[in-house]
Amino acid sequence: MADHAAAVHAVHDPNIGNTGLDNRKMGMWAFLGSDCMFFGSLIGTYLAYKGKSLSGPGPHDVFDIPLTSYSAALLLASSLTMVLALANLQQNRVKSAARWLLVTALLGLHFVLNQVYEFTTFVLHHDLKLSTNLFGSSFFVLTGFHGAHVTGGVIWLLILVGLAWRRQLDARDYTKVEIAGLYWHFVDIVWIAIFTVIYLIP
Amino acid sequence: MATQAAFMPGSKVATETFWGTVWSWLTTVDHKRIGILYGTSAFIFFLVGGIEALIMRVQLARPDNTLVSAERFNELFTMHGTTMIFLAVMPLSAAFFNYMIPLMIGARDVAFPRLNALSYWIFLSGALFLNSSWLFGLAPDGGWFGYANLTTSQFSPRHTIDFWMLGLQILGVSSMLAGFNFLVTIINMRAPGMTLMRMPVFVWMSFVTQFLLVLAFPAITVALILLMFDRFFGTLFYAPAAGADPLLWQHLFWIFGHPEVYILILPAMGIVSEVLPTFARKPLFGAPVVIYSGITIGFFGFGVWSHHMFSVGMGPVADSAFSIATMLIAVPTGVKILNWIGTLWGGSIRFRTPLYFALGFIAMFTMGGLSGVMHASPPVDLQQTDSYFVVAHFHYVLFGGSIFGLFGGIYYWWPKINGKLLDERLGLWHFWLMMIGFNVTFFPQHYLGLIGMPRRIYTYAPDLGWNFWNMISTIGAFLIAVSLLFFIANVWRTMRSGKIAGNDPWDARTLEWAIPSPPPVYNFARVPHVHDRDDFWLEKHGDGHGGAPRPKPTPVTAAEIASIHMPSPSFWPLLLALAMAVMISGLMISMYQVIVGGLLTLYLMYKFAMELHRPAEGHGH
Amino acid sequence: MTEPVRPFRKRFDWTLVCLLVGVLLLASSCSWVGWNWDTPMSTVMPKSDFGKVTHDIFMLISWWTLGIFIAVEFGLLWVCWRYRDRPGAPIPKQVHGHTALEVSWTIAFAVILLIFAIPTIRVIFKTQEAPAATALRVEVFGKQWWWEFRYPQLKITTANELHLPKGQTATFLLNAPDVIHSFWMPQLGGKRDVVPHRINHITLTPEVTGDYPGQCAEYCGVSHANMRFRVIIHEAADFEKWVKNQQGPPVESTDPLAQQGKTIFTQSTCVGCHTINGLSAGHIGPDLTHFASRKRFAGSLMESTPENLAKWVENPDHMKPGALMPNLGMTSEQSKALAAYLLSLK
Repeated sequence: MADHAAAVHAVHDPNIGNTGLDNRKMGMWAFLGSDCMFFGSLIGTYLAYKGKSLSGPGPHDVFDIPLTSYSAALLLASSLTMVLALANLQQNRVKSAARWLLVTALLGLHFVLNQVYEFTTFVLHHDLKLSTNLFGSSFFVLTGFHGAHVTGGVIWLLILVGLAWRRQLDARDYTKVEIAGLYWHFVDIVWIAIFTVIYLIP
Repeated sequence: MATQAAFMPGSKVATETFWGTVWSWLTTVDHKRIGILYGTSAFIFFLVGGIEALIMRVQLARPDNTLVSAERFNELFTMHGTTMIFLAVMPLSAAFFNYMIPLMIGARDVAFPRLNALSYWIFLSGALFLNSSWLFGLAPDGGWFGYANLTTSQFSPRHTIDFWMLGLQILGVSSMLAGFNFLVTIINMRAPGMTLMRMPVFVWMSFVTQFLLVLAFPAITVALILLMFDRFFGTLFYAPAAGADPLLWQHLFWIFGHPEVYILILPAMGIVSEVLPTFARKPLFGAPVVIYSGITIGFFGFGVWSHHMFSVGMGPVADSAFSIATMLIAVPTGVKILNWIGTLWGGSIRFRTPLYFALGFIAMFTMGGLSGVMHASPPVDLQQTDSYFVVAHFHYVLFGGSIFGLFGGIYYWWPKINGKLLDERLGLWHFWLMMIGFNVTFFPQHYLGLIGMPRRIYTYAPDLGWNFWNMISTIGAFLIAVSLLFFIANVWRTMRSGKIAGNDPWDARTLEWAIPSPPPVYNFARVPHVHDRDDFWLEKHGDGHGGAPRPKPTPVTAAEIASIHMPSPSFWPLLLALAMAVMISGLMISMYQVIVGGLLTLYLMYKFAMELHRPAEGHGH
Repeated sequence: MTEPVRPFRKRFDWTLVCLLVGVLLLASSCSWVGWNWDTPMSTVMPKSDFGKVTHDIFMLISWWTLGIFIAVEFGLLWVCWRYRDRPGAPIPKQVHGHTALEVSWTIAFAVILLIFAIPTIRVIFKTQEAPAATALRVEVFGKQWWWEFRYPQLKITTANELHLPKGQTATFLLNAPDVIHSFWMPQLGGKRDVVPHRINHITLTPEVTGDYPGQCAEYCGVSHANMRFRVIIHEAADFEKWVKNQQGPPVESTDPLAQQGKTIFTQSTCVGCHTINGLSAGHIGPDLTHFASRKRFAGSLMESTPENLAKWVENPDHMKPGALMPNLGMTSEQSKALAAYLLSLK
């Protein structure tokens, strides 16, 4: 009986396992756990080298807190739009879901462009490069890897938007979009940690 | 469905032509075939690492020897360590994860079959990339531990370290992908009724290993990324002149490196925990305790990394804290050993080759564990660290432990995987020669370390009293090599004229023995329903308390088999792995190659993801 | 369905088990009979207070672990023998575990480890105390691939040869100008890494006079194996003599070959890297002011003989792979003269 039920279950959705959870979602959680250690190690490196640079410029010579706060707000807002996209998709309102996904991607893109602008001013106006001092090395590598994560997320979201426009995405693909959302929220949370640790704590 | 059937093992369509066979292996997503690929590759790299070891032993057989140069010797010990850890023991364990875990939990495949193939192909490309350094005369020479700042471009300007650093990055990606896959597989793909505590102990130990993989590898990934930026983009992470602390590398490396030790040993502990009950014909003694101690070892494994750094001058408080944590980890390890002996106690022990290897594991691992307790005490460790005593210690753990355990697994599961029994007589020759050779090689190294012989030296003066036992150690190394010839002969003979094994040659206890050997592509014609850790044993023999054997299930119908859906083969994993290798190796060649490789990787990731997009549509062709 | 388990050749197997017992006995007897522990770099013949306290812990743990080892290994063998399968044996009782047993051996292990932990921690703190102000300070510089020793209180700089008086506490300040090394004098005590941008310490009091080899113990590049040194423990009076000699100016030799060598030295690039008091002030290579007072050179790799020195000067890399001293293209006459000069610097 149970065997039969399991077999039927497997045919219907091979992604749902015996815990009732989706394999792909669980895989994403495993990845995010691993990524926590990744960012943990990078943030740890930054903290270990905080104040150890032998020459300037230091963090508070270069930081533009209002700009970065604006960036942080963009990412926070994008988490909200991601939720809205999912809510719409769940009710099979594909068009508005796609619209919210696009807004999410654009907010992310705005964040990335802000970071590009920030990096450029650091290099051009403050002469802070990867090779300037320990602060430059650890700052660019940590925030750069976060930026790369956001960029990856933007590409992912844009692909989902493209699929929706080509009518290849609907409520049946809710889990796939939800997984992208998990990733997106994670990247957002990591930014809150980085923003607090690097920019806000003196 | 016709195209899928074409790739099932034993199917005529696939094996008709040579290229058809090759193609079917290149595109396979079957966990069993991937397991075989992992195992074969790992064994080949095991031989490569062994040859490297033999050359080193010949060099060290006599003082002031000149067989190899200092540079070559440094390359040899770097590549020996890296090869044995990342290309031999880990993938050999991965072979068992791949082949056995789905069978032991009653699943038809892993959670992400294509990701599984991707892990393998990334592993293979990383391994070949790393070893290709020999061809360019640029074999890595910074030690498997690659301590910064020796590895920065100031002190190692040639590409040697790049091969090592980038090779390990590639291998790390493979390990982490496999880790995600098996975590999900074990949590989510268990057959109905198989609660966590009913899982076989091998699966449990593998489960803990996967946690260690996904949580420990990011630390070395970061360490390697920082090194990569230092070497290629001028950052200063390991530049003391800029105020950097070279111990940053050691901390990041050992936060990975100590869990890595358990990544290497836990699967072997799992194998032993399967082999002993089978041949003692008794359940594993205190199985929950063995499981909990495995979890405890995994957990504490993250809290003891600095015991590799007692000599760096961390100060008395840190020394004491890490010393106590390290001693604590010895408790669950000791408990495990007593439980294994408890399993044998009161049993009816049938001596077969797998059991010999399992007993060898217990005997040798005990020794390695006890010398490990000595290093847990920092004052003692200060004399022993970086001496041959430590070399002896970790070979007792990783060779006497992991390798003996893994060979036990090979002899135990070979009949399941290939349908034929390995020869007992040759197996015993293999075991005894390896056992004697191993002890002749490594036991004297304890003594050599205690009389002051440091590690990683390519030569030594003749007046230090090290000559005789170094020669003996070299002779032992050749005995090990001879023992492996017996293993290879055994495999060769078995392939040609082995005895047919049948489903259950050992009268074993777990699910995988209930199905044919080798298993059909779908593993279980009917997904089993599990009632106990030793489900298959109870089915055969009853519960030992007067409970009758369970009634045999009704035969499986052809219709049931026809309704099984197996994943289709895919060539995207292979292509994606190649593109990644192109991208990463580009760092040594040209930034254009990195960009092209990167775009290719992104594109292939897209294709990989889209291959199964909504399989509901366009299905049934 | 399943094939019956093949009858098992007991006799054959048990010969092999006896063999294992034999090997174990042989190995253990070898360890007490055939193995000489009193060798130049032995770690189990401590010659200082530091060496002794650590050795005591080593012995404590060794005896306990040896006992556990023998109990486990012979227990394992006995269990295998006692519970071997006999023809026609019934299926054994399916025992799943024993909670009280598990709890008790867990506690037993914890207690044994406590026995190790308490003295361990006491010694950790004792050996890492701040040194007394009266201690003889020695600054140790680990460099690729040789050692420099400076005595700031005595204003002495020397290389590859460390001289200490018996019975006086010495404290070593470890510096690494290039990569990580490890400073190890096995007979005097445990090693300590020499890490760039960090000063590590070892403090110890030598108790027995003698000439002990030491060696770098952390892999540090091509010639790691050749980064050796010697420690010479003197009686206090002999140490004073050594100090007097080292503090003096370089010896002026009247030997014409040595004079010729001196000219070559002062006119070549040697002066850029080496110090000879009054002649040159290079700091990259070893101080040569009293070169000939040292028995060995080049990371204590070779004896200071005219032949070795001449060969070294002609091609340093050949004698010590990767040596950072460049090949100066000396002719064999020049190198012989240089060797004569250097060997006159007592």
